[in-house]
Amino acid sequence: MAEKKSVQQSILIVDDELIVRESLTKWFRQDGYRVESAEDANHAIKLMNEGPWDLALLDIKMPGMSGLDLQKRLKEIDKNTGIIMITAFASVESAVQALKEGAFDYVTKPIDPDHLSHIVLNALKHKKIIEENVQLREQISDIAKATDIVGESQQIHNVINLAKTVAKTDTTVMLRGESGTGKELIARAIHANSDRRYFPIIAVNCGAVTESLLESELFGHEKGAFTGAQYRRKGKFELADGGTIFLDEIGNISQKMQVQLLRVIETKQFTRVGGSEVISSDFRVICATNRDLEAAVKDGSFREDLYYRLNVFTISIPPLRERRSDIPLLAEYFRNKYATIMHKAVTEINPNAMDIMVQYDWPGNVREVENVMERAMVLAVPPAIQHTELPFQLASKTHGLQADSLAVVERAQVEMILNRTGWNISRAAEILDIDRVTLYNKIAKYGLKRP
Amino acid sequence: MPSILIVPIRPVDHAELTALIAPLSHAFELPVTIEESNYLDPSFAFDTYRNQFNSTYIIASLLDRYPAHSGKIIGITEVDLFVPVLTYVFGEAQLDGRIAVLSTYRLREELYGLDPNPKLEHIRLLKEANHELGHTFGLIHCHNPECVMHSSTSAEEIDVKGNNFCEECEQAMREALISTH
Repeated sequence: MAEKKSVQQSILIVDDELIVRESLTKWFRQDGYRVESAEDANHAIKLMNEGPWDLALLDIKMPGMSGLDLQKRLKEIDKNTGIIMITAFASVESAVQALKEGAFDYVTKPIDPDHLSHIVLNALKHKKIIEENVQLREQISDIAKATDIVGESQQIHNVINLAKTVAKTDTTVMLRGESGTGKELIARAIHANSDRRYFPIIAVNCGAVTESLLESELFGHEKGAFTGAQYRRKGKFELADGGTIFLDEIGNISQKMQVQLLRVIETKQFTRVGGSEVISSDFRVICATNRDLEAAVKDGSFREDLYYRLNVFTISIPPLRERRSDIPLLAEYFRNKYATIMHKAVTEINPNAMDIMVQYDWPGNVREVENVMERAMVLAVPPAIQHTELPFQLASKTHGLQADSLAVVERAQVEMILNRTGWNISRAAEILDIDRVTLYNKIAKYGLKRP
Repeated sequence: MPSILIVPIRPVDHAELTALIAPLSHAFELPVTIEESNYLDPSFAFDTYRNQFNSTYIIASLLDRYPAHSGKIIGITEVDLFVPVLTYVFGEAQLDGRIAVLSTYRLREELYGLDPNPKLEHIRLLKEANHELGHTFGLIHCHNPECVMHSSTSAEEIDVKGNNFCEECEQAMREALISTH
């Protein structure tokens, strides 16, 4: 007889009555299942150990060990086997007990054949879905673990330990650190190690969009809420239901948004823009900023109540210049990354080049290391990266820094940011966190010239 | 020469059995005959508690009665059949064996409160005869919803599936047929 199922599914029948075993065995064999039967608990346990079985049908009332006790034993041997109890009308109560203890379903004798075939199909489908679910969860965990945080310094270890500790809780986390220190990476690591990891982490850059846009980004909008709102759209808080919302650059939001944010964080409820329906969402908040929020609270630009609401558990990510021992590791990490992406057999970084990098202050932190390494990898001739392939300003700036005065450091920082922003004064002032007038003064003071 | 023998189990409508001869012999390419002289009285298989007839007993009895018949035997009756653990069966067959039994009781529209429909009932009977005889050739239930070997536990499910064996089942049946020759 040709086999018609790709994988033959198996059913174990346990009943003390011969006629029941025989007729069920026959019934299921005609359905193409692999079927074995046992007349008592001992035999059933023996067969179970020889398993695995997809399904087990257990008579609830047998001499010796009852079906209920047997169910527990079988579950101990293989918790994945689906269990269906067979009962007489009189023992429906114990069938309910069996369900409470994890049986998939029960059938009463005599069994309606239509009912039986449906229950068996459902039980097998249920088992398959559970198995798929386990597989998918493992895959997600693997992917989540792949988030690399590079570094062996004590400082970064402290950060990782704090992140791991707080991950298991639902506490609001605030990440502090300069631009490019990897705040989003840490936020993702916290999410990936939390019980919320099977739900999404939604990242919002609060500094990147205007106030009105941010409002509809965060809360969503109804169709027709404003010109161009052609469809109802879910907001980030709604999308983060069950998961985590990562609010980056939280220090940059307007007063009005601060009020709205405070309310939604406190109540976990909000309405879409232009809507009246109150929507509830279960999310965890992780926020990040590189601003001095305490100063902002003092000068009134950041609400104190929101500050305390967010500042429950703070993790400060140290800038790279405070953990120089991580620079070689990061440089190697990015060299390897771009060697793979660019298919270039560059296997090392020349010690001279590495020295320059370790000396350098990296105001752009890890992001800057990545950019510098990407650039160097474009220029590099295999097998090694030379110091000449590092960006010019980086090579020269390190020499300037040998004089340790504050003015030298400031000049280097201002010039670097100006060059990075293409001498966009407003942008540079924003990054440097000073006003434009001050920036003009500093340009004049240090005699900086547009290239 | 193997053949298919239809054994009437009383009560049964003889005309319905006669109408099976041509299509069954076409489906299995075997001569089909009806046992005319020796009807089976199923009262020995009656269960007074359930008010139904035990099909397993009937199979055993047919096995005793025709020890030397080469080929397949199908008993057909109007009475309601059961196997002890199930509330009812349309029929029962020995998987890869010689005997099948079949009841027309649940194939009748009247049972479901509808007007009699002899044509539909004939098609149902033919499908179930093909199906149970298919089991005696070793065929198991087929996943193809159009194949007559598709499992059906209600009259509607019989109506949904087709009259014939799917290609795969047909081939398996032919191979089994050759080995019985």
